[in-house]
Amino acid sequence: MHRALPGYIGLMCLLLMAPIVIVVVLAFSGAGYLQFPPTSFSLRWFVRFLGDPQWQAALWYSLIIGAIACVIATVVGFFAAYALVRASFAAKKLLLSLLLLPIIVPTVITSIAMYFLAARFHLVGNLLWIGTCHAVIALPVVILILLATLQGVDVNLERAALSLGASRMRLFTHVVVPLASPGIISAALFAFLASFDELIISLFLTGVRTQTLPVRIWNSLHMEIEPTIAAVSAFLIGVTALVLLADHLLRGRRAATLNAQRKEPGR
Amino acid sequence: MPNRGFLLMLPAFAMLALVFLAPLAWFFTQTLVLDNDLSTLWSKIVAVVSSRATLQAIGATNWISLLVTVTVLLLGYPIAYYLANRRGLRFTLVVFCIVVPYFTSVIVRTYSWMVLLGRTGLINQLLLGTGIIDAPLPLIYNKTGIVIGMTYVLLPYMVLTLFAAMKSIDRNLLLAARGMGAGGAMIFWRVYLPLSLHGVISGALIVFILSIGFFITPALMGGPSDVMVAMLIERSVEITLDWPAAAVMSLLLLAVTLVLYAIYYRVTDVRRLMGAA
Repeated sequence: MHRALPGYIGLMCLLLMAPIVIVVVLAFSGAGYLQFPPTSFSLRWFVRFLGDPQWQAALWYSLIIGAIACVIATVVGFFAAYALVRASFAAKKLLLSLLLLPIIVPTVITSIAMYFLAARFHLVGNLLWIGTCHAVIALPVVILILLATLQGVDVNLERAALSLGASRMRLFTHVVVPLASPGIISAALFAFLASFDELIISLFLTGVRTQTLPVRIWNSLHMEIEPTIAAVSAFLIGVTALVLLADHLLRGRRAATLNAQRKEPGR
Repeated sequence: MPNRGFLLMLPAFAMLALVFLAPLAWFFTQTLVLDNDLSTLWSKIVAVVSSRATLQAIGATNWISLLVTVTVLLLGYPIAYYLANRRGLRFTLVVFCIVVPYFTSVIVRTYSWMVLLGRTGLINQLLLGTGIIDAPLPLIYNKTGIVIGMTYVLLPYMVLTLFAAMKSIDRNLLLAARGMGAGGAMIFWRVYLPLSLHGVISGALIVFILSIGFFITPALMGGPSDVMVAMLIERSVEITLDWPAAAVMSLLLLAVTLVLYAIYYRVTDVRRLMGAA
């Protein structure tokens, strides 16, 4: 069994990465239909994606909604995570499990409920409402990342600041946030990504005017699989890769700032 | 920081209440409670739940979710085992191959499998081109397609959950078993597997919970007869405009999800939900 394991792992890694790699390669194809491996390469599908006013608008809406969701989820999530790590009150685990509900409850149900409310108050297509709804979905991600980060911040540094006369406000702005900043930036990036990639809520809430990139991919997939979608997909994969790369670099900085306490092997 | 620390959680709970819980409560009361006395409500619920479409969807949802959970578990266990016992470059490479798909948009991941599995997709092109088959295999728009697509999306959850459980296994117990003369197979079945069992249970629960609510992948990769509950809910809203039916099915799916989440909450550390350790 031990001898077969590395071969199996290699095969699984191949299977896990192949779909993503193939889509990226197809996006650079010169042919007018999906053919692998492509016989010629070009940027024509990216040109079509970025030159098309409707795709441009979708990209723009995705960015705005992602930014709104990112800011709300990170700020709100930071305070919640800080309270969960530092303050002492009953039923912490239960409260945390409640905050994680948005990623447990099937998104179709959440989306329909959000749409139902939005329709009543004329909020369908409202960027701020969509961003806020995405923030609820991004909140669990932010809290989970920041719980791990804030547990690594030495509580004695906070005690020292308080005993030297720092106000609560100053404690946050000068001690906690700087110490946790790599984790906060990571959390913000993943919050943005959660919104940027979100489909189901957007599907219900965007209406016809404010369609995001995933919604436009969804609509196009129901018609035909054209290579422009490969280019848009490659673009989304690129954004994911950038976020993961940034997170990786930040992990290094997090470890460097906080290495007083424990060293993590292998990462 | 006594009690006042609780105040810092208020923004999060206010947001959860206003943007998440309130819409759900509003939706269920508006569609089910208002304009309905108890007996009409009850007959409505019975009518929806006992309808052919709902029963078929429930059956399909259970079957597909079970199949996906078992597949993901069998595929994921050896990967997690490998990760728990490796460091350095190999560890980083395998984690990379898990994490990149994990954080890639579900719609993109589903699209890439559609490209691979379609009638004129890459796999059929390859198999036809090499003469292994004469006619394209039906790999998509049926249960096979759904299971492949969902397995791909959910595998990282299982691997990361199992990895966390296996990392916490005390290696001295394995050495002790060896020292007392147990062979490799015996150590695995009698020591390692039981010690990793809570990871198996939490992993299976989280994958099953996420499976029963799945929408994007089955909607794009399933056939006409593979309608899962989440799709049926969406259809009642978008196509038949039957809001009460959507509400009844949502309530049912929500109840099952919450019961399973309660079990998950009992058996595992919720902080490991996303595999963040």
